[in-house]
Amino acid sequence: MKAAAEQFVHPGEIPQVCDRLTASGARMQMAYARFPLPGEPPEVLYLADEGPDQPFPLLRCRLSSQSYELESLTPHIPLLGWYEREMMDLCGVHFRHHPEPRPLVLHEGAHPVLPPLDPRYPADQPMPFAPLAWELPPVEGEDVQMLPFGPVRGDVLESAQIAFYYIGEAILHCHPRLFFKHRGMEKRFEGLDPFFGVLIAEHVSGVDSIAHTLAFSQAVEAACDCEVPIRACYIRTILAEMERLYNHLYYLGHLCHTTTLKVGEAQGKLLAEQCKQLNGIFTGSRFLRAILKPGGLRRDLDLGELPSHLRALEPEIEHYMQSLESTNSHLDRLITTGHLPRQTAFDQGASGPIKRASGIQRDLRSNHPYAAYKWFPMYIPMREEGDAHARAQIRMQEIRDSIALIINAVEGMPAGPIEAPVSTPPYAEGLGWCEGTRGSIYYCVHFDAAGKLSRVKVKSASFSNWRVFPFTVHDTNMMDYAINEASFGLTMAGCDR
Amino acid sequence: MPFWTLYGLSRGLATTAWPGGQDAELQTGVLGLPGFQPDQCRENCRACVDACLPKAIQPARGEANGITIDYGRCISCQLCTELCPEGVFTKSNHWAFGVRRREDLEWAEALSSQPAQELKQKIQRSFGRSLHIRHVDAGSCNGCESELQALNNPYYNLHRLGIFFTPSPRFADLLLVTGSVTYAMREPLLETYNAMPEPRWVMATGTCAVSGGVTGGGYSCAHGVDGFLPVDVYLPGCPPNPAAIIHSLLVLLNRTEQLVHGGRYEE
Repeated sequence: MKAAAEQFVHPGEIPQVCDRLTASGARMQMAYARFPLPGEPPEVLYLADEGPDQPFPLLRCRLSSQSYELESLTPHIPLLGWYEREMMDLCGVHFRHHPEPRPLVLHEGAHPVLPPLDPRYPADQPMPFAPLAWELPPVEGEDVQMLPFGPVRGDVLESAQIAFYYIGEAILHCHPRLFFKHRGMEKRFEGLDPFFGVLIAEHVSGVDSIAHTLAFSQAVEAACDCEVPIRACYIRTILAEMERLYNHLYYLGHLCHTTTLKVGEAQGKLLAEQCKQLNGIFTGSRFLRAILKPGGLRRDLDLGELPSHLRALEPEIEHYMQSLESTNSHLDRLITTGHLPRQTAFDQGASGPIKRASGIQRDLRSNHPYAAYKWFPMYIPMREEGDAHARAQIRMQEIRDSIALIINAVEGMPAGPIEAPVSTPPYAEGLGWCEGTRGSIYYCVHFDAAGKLSRVKVKSASFSNWRVFPFTVHDTNMMDYAINEASFGLTMAGCDR
Repeated sequence: MPFWTLYGLSRGLATTAWPGGQDAELQTGVLGLPGFQPDQCRENCRACVDACLPKAIQPARGEANGITIDYGRCISCQLCTELCPEGVFTKSNHWAFGVRRREDLEWAEALSSQPAQELKQKIQRSFGRSLHIRHVDAGSCNGCESELQALNNPYYNLHRLGIFFTPSPRFADLLLVTGSVTYAMREPLLETYNAMPEPRWVMATGTCAVSGGVTGGGYSCAHGVDGFLPVDVYLPGCPPNPAAIIHSLLVLLNRTEQLVHGGRYEE
């Protein structure tokens, strides 16, 4: 695979090779399975990160035709737990000695005739489904109460279900059931031309449209050895930061909503709206859609006036953030809430601002620069506290940095072409990545003999962070739950796909 | 908290007058669903049909050359406007696409007269001044949620129109559905509807909920709300912007006119 350092490994050697890799300081990023040919055994791929500017190690392991089985790595490398369960659900690969061998992505009662990601599974065949009761952990002790919440929750929220086990105000255990919104997005790429693939990537998570299309386009470009023109790289970078800006401002407003700081909520959401309107004015889409394509951009954008709009907005944003930071009632609810220790963040796979708020310094924009990021000095804000306040502070600093970066990039943007031709060689493969608003996003694309997409793996930031989130809920109290969830800034669509 | 009280007051009025007054700045630059002029079509050209992933543009039945569009399937990706050699499809700012009948989103050669809607009188009498909405996310990309959440920001300030989101379906008059309806959300969606008191209405919001868009079908999704629940208003758009959502809520309440008939948009 292009843009990754491949190593072919025998199924029996996977545990040793992975352990050696993590012992040398690398961190696993994701794992997925694909079927190279219909009817043949699947291949399982593990992606790791060895540190700044090092190529991403990619372990490839062809399973034998006798048994689609591997040893589970979750006991050593907990963050792989969900990836392995996903492969069990969608690809029919079994992992021996998995500590949580339950279904994850497909709900109990879903019985596809074949694993849905098997290429022989017909593209338009709904899987049989008879809803089964949700299997919850048993509870002993008379005083423990159980509160099921969702999937239809109060307010306008994405669908997810959470069961709380609690005594009085104290939460003993929080048990989420997600993937109500699993739309089978990875299957939808199958057989498509990469130019249509962009439209699918755009709809994985609407508020992360640019991050997903950028990671997808870069994966295709890597597979096809396509060099994107510099002007297109600049515009892509600017769009990615515009996406971060409106998301982070909305995040601050929503966080105020949970701490009942009403004016703070109104102001944060108004600033987010103003940024979305700027998106509309300069790109035609409030979600920055319909601009990116593999090879560059679909059309050139005139962003000359953007800096003056941002300069007008900047003092307003700065004043707002400073006001939040000096409001005791708001800070009281954030400080020490939802504490995520560094080690848990690392082991369970926390991503993006969540991880950086718990003391792990890693940002794909500076560690593995893409688009135009290598031409700009990147300062990565860090916090050690690991609480809701630290997570908000990281985002506040990123807002400042995004504005500065957009203004710099617009003012230094070169003229020139905005697209390069893309032709896909048969069986090409590529890896693409992007540091989205919520953390790292990876796309692995595999093409077939005809140059159409045969398998696309989407690793989203929310999939990583939802796995981590419950660890910050146990042993806290009910009143803090909503604040803690808001401080993570999660999406369901990205997680469930 | 005197600081935030003063802060709020000092910010003045942020809310748009729309749809009460003409607010030109409302959605400046935002591209809507493409404009369509079929008479300019080039012979034997299918560029737009091939460019349309959700199959909104199809060859017209019974005609050798014609094409037709179903705006209920359009995801506003703008590919047809870029690939059409004759300008049949053009970029437009037509986004207020809320309609009461699904057929009104499909291009019709001749406009038939609109049948009077029996419901109209009743809904005006019952809910003309106030409407409570229960939203259900049946498998969206969260673009629709982002725009629904924006309705309560100071700029759109939905409350001023007497329209509110409510946590409980027991208090809801309207079920607002987003997403193409995944297998796992089908039951919760129906249960929410069944928990609502009558009379009740349903609005399919966003192209996914109207027709499935690019997320309909496959192993885990249906093709939108049709077939599960009786839909009273269809609003395509990917996602529909907050002003488009307000417009179609007012169409439901009979407080404003539907702009699209037989696929044609009235300016």
